[in-house]
Amino acid sequence: MTVAVQTDAEGYLANKDDWSEELANELAKELGIELSDDHWKVLNAARAIESESGASPGLRKVSKRSETPIKAIYKLFPDGPAKLIAKIAGIPKPKSCL
Amino acid sequence: MTNSGTEKKRSLSVICSKGSFDMAYPGLILANAARMAGVDARLFFTFWGLDIVNKKKIDHLHLNLVGNPSAPIPAMIAGLPGVEALATAQMRKEMERLDIPPIREFVEMLDDAGADLYGCQMALDMFKLTKDDLVPQVKDVLTAMDFMDMSEGAQIIFI
Repeated sequence: MTVAVQTDAEGYLANKDDWSEELANELAKELGIELSDDHWKVLNAARAIESESGASPGLRKVSKRSETPIKAIYKLFPDGPAKLIAKIAGIPKPKSCL
Repeated sequence: MTNSGTEKKRSLSVICSKGSFDMAYPGLILANAARMAGVDARLFFTFWGLDIVNKKKIDHLHLNLVGNPSAPIPAMIAGLPGVEALATAQMRKEMERLDIPPIREFVEMLDDAGADLYGCQMALDMFKLTKDDLVPQVKDVLTAMDFMDMSEGAQIIFI
């Protein structure tokens, strides 16, 4: 099943307003992730940083803000956490190298 | 986007051969970027690059100013005692402002991110060091041939 929502060529949400918690759950499922409270802590932190600063954060900032160690983030979002978090949180591709 | 199920996962091998403060970061940053993007990453520390994972040196790497045409001060001054230390301290401060982790923390972060770190056997022998002289994040000591075998199909970056 494919989620019917517009994304850019790399798979990031095209319109921020399309995002909802339900959509995030569906997007996550499509990426092979079942969202738990721990996932949400990380996703909410990423969304909060993006909305405050206007810049999609890298992992280091998300880790600090969500008080989730880097190691735990890689367990929650294996296989490219920086990309997966941005895609599921409905924010653009991170602009940070860290 | 994969067009067949048989496509191999991307993987990156970084060879770090320089031990100056400014040459330590590029390899660490690239390997970390790879892991953040879901690309497997391994690092091979050889020759002066061993300093990056040497317990005694990891917190004391210096900028390379002499013989570096990009150095912000004239070569004659850069060579004076203490100037490199001063410039390094200044750069450390600037990096802290940008929230770039110090090298020890960066190495820990890479380990947490699932990157594999290896020391070069020949370089260790040459500097009369053993694996115990390296930070615990270094998984193993390898020959160049071991690292080549491991890097089959990987993209290789030499720094």
